[in-house]
Amino acid sequence: MNQTPKPNSFRSGPDEDGRFGIFGGRFVAETLMPLILDLQAEWEKAKTDPEFQAELQHLNTHYTGRPSPLYFAERLTAELGGAKIYFKRDELNHTGSHKINNCLGQILLAKRMGKTRIIAETGAGQHGVASATVAARFGLPCVVYMGATDVERQAPNVFRMKLLGAEVRPVTTGHGTLKDAMNEALRDWVTNVDDTYYLIGTAAGPHPYPELVREFQSVIGKETREQMMAAEGRLPDMLVAAVGGGSNAIGLFHPFLDDESVRIVGVEAGGKGLDGEEHCASLTAGSPGVLHGNRTYLLQDGDGQIKEGHSISAGLDYPGIGPEHSWLKDIGRVEYVPIMDDEALAAFQMLTRTEGIIPALEPSHALAEVIKRAPKMDKDQIIVMNLCGRGDKDIFTVGKILGMGL
Amino acid sequence: MTARMDNKFAALKAEGRPALVTYFMGGDPDYDTSLAIMKALPEAGADVIELGAPFSDPMADGPAIQLAGQRALKNGHSLKKTLDMARDFRKSDDTTPIVIMGYYNPIYIYGVDRFIDDALEAGIDGLIVVDLPAEMDDELCIPARRKDINFIRLTTPTTDEKRLPKVLTNTSGFVYYVSMTGITGSALPDPSKIAGAVERIKKSTDLPVCVGFGVKTAEHARLIGASADGVVVGTAIVNQVATSLDKEGRATADTVQSVATFVRGLATGVRSARLVAAE
Repeated sequence: MNQTPKPNSFRSGPDEDGRFGIFGGRFVAETLMPLILDLQAEWEKAKTDPEFQAELQHLNTHYTGRPSPLYFAERLTAELGGAKIYFKRDELNHTGSHKINNCLGQILLAKRMGKTRIIAETGAGQHGVASATVAARFGLPCVVYMGATDVERQAPNVFRMKLLGAEVRPVTTGHGTLKDAMNEALRDWVTNVDDTYYLIGTAAGPHPYPELVREFQSVIGKETREQMMAAEGRLPDMLVAAVGGGSNAIGLFHPFLDDESVRIVGVEAGGKGLDGEEHCASLTAGSPGVLHGNRTYLLQDGDGQIKEGHSISAGLDYPGIGPEHSWLKDIGRVEYVPIMDDEALAAFQMLTRTEGIIPALEPSHALAEVIKRAPKMDKDQIIVMNLCGRGDKDIFTVGKILGMGL
Repeated sequence: MTARMDNKFAALKAEGRPALVTYFMGGDPDYDTSLAIMKALPEAGADVIELGAPFSDPMADGPAIQLAGQRALKNGHSLKKTLDMARDFRKSDDTTPIVIMGYYNPIYIYGVDRFIDDALEAGIDGLIVVDLPAEMDDELCIPARRKDINFIRLTTPTTDEKRLPKVLTNTSGFVYYVSMTGITGSALPDPSKIAGAVERIKKSTDLPVCVGFGVKTAEHARLIGASADGVVVGTAIVNQVATSLDKEGRATADTVQSVATFVRGLATGVRSARLVAAE
């Protein structure tokens, strides 16, 4: 295995071939290769085009409602009795999660490229809803691939997508979750190469997706930096975010990667425990492999066949992870830890009762880690957690587990 | 071994007809049946064998090949067993070229160097790895070529004139032209368009050009074979296996025979292809 030398900056990746160390790359069928090169060329132009940036910023402000607040969770802090806890409240965004940040950026790219049809994959449905939303906003037809299992457990989001005019195609191959939805979206793309833009929902896939999704999501970290300086006059001591594919996490982390004083923690879905098969902790319990266009940590067997993950949260139910996280793990800049289903569920309830915020099950994983760490830290230390989505979509799942009649 | 492939295409050229390249899924529905299918292919008229290596997430394949791979994996098939199958086949056939077709991850996990050595030893002549485009040649293509294994590249309707030289650079054995943008098993596009595309590719390479994706019948094989150096049939063969299985997905007495009969029909197609072209 290649040794990854410690870089001068943790923020300079990927290289021109889309690599973060050994991770990333462009492992796609030849049919898609010219499309990915086109996208890269357009992205290179767009990222330095002031007009593109201005349009995106305008939409972020007036459509999404950015900047999202950086909120001091006073009661939770008192309850835990340690570090001060701040939430970056991306759950207040239009559509209810951080996914809209990326969707707006990518639909502007699609428009620049003259594409007339949008396809997307979704797990929990948050990215599907955000994709359907921007497609409606820009008047483009949208097809969302969603695993049949997820269609069932995320019914409210399926309904929202349909209301927004998107066509939701349930995917029955495999286990009918996010991985299978992504396979099916790729099959669509390889068939409809001329008019279709594939709006990937997380910082994974072939280059340039991991980079461009990170850039669109980095608005989270950039705002956090400014807001933290305004509130406390210094940087936080620790950042915590949930990682499924890892887009909300890389968005928060990336602007802080070169600040050595900031400890960074990514939280994976430990499901029902890492000893068995029912988890999605690809960084903690997986190994490097190649899937969906990139080399990254994967849950796989000894023959290189990809395993099905499990998480209480459909949004974390993916057996891979964005390639930049794989690199950040190997190089030791970010610490990745698993949180189990029941810990996430307890955190969900605690936040609901102490702060009056119903979080999505994805950031509930991050919160469970905060609940473990904050009490062990000094009272003058600061944690920022990305509260990347709201829990409206999860109330039925949670209600069922808790045995509450709705 | 590259010589086996080159000899085969040279012999076919002398014979004045295109190659029939047959794909089947290794291990579908079980090892023994699958090996029997493989052994039946040359006798039925196949010139080159594409031995499918199953992968859990075959992103470029349609439902037929996806399901075939799932059947194989469910019965415990693996990349190691795919190599075993080639080795067993070679005991009775030392002339039919074998190309392993699959996805990169199982090879990556097997270990690239170890895989190349074992593949050579098992009698493999070439590799088609769907998710390794020219940009990723350092991964497997170049190490394989160095050890005398062909790396057969797919070119597609999206591979334009500017890109074609890059795609052809490290390609050997033959060029696999994908007749359409899409997944395996879709409908065959207009044969005259395919002929034009084959002609364009042949201007840039001396390698044989074989055409696949969407070829389902002897008539298709005849039409495509009029201009191409080879015709690849995959999904239609895999479907023959699928329809012969019992309700539990197990092989029946008909399984091997129905594939052989079908391939015999395709072989008639390619053998009459140039007669049409000469008219």
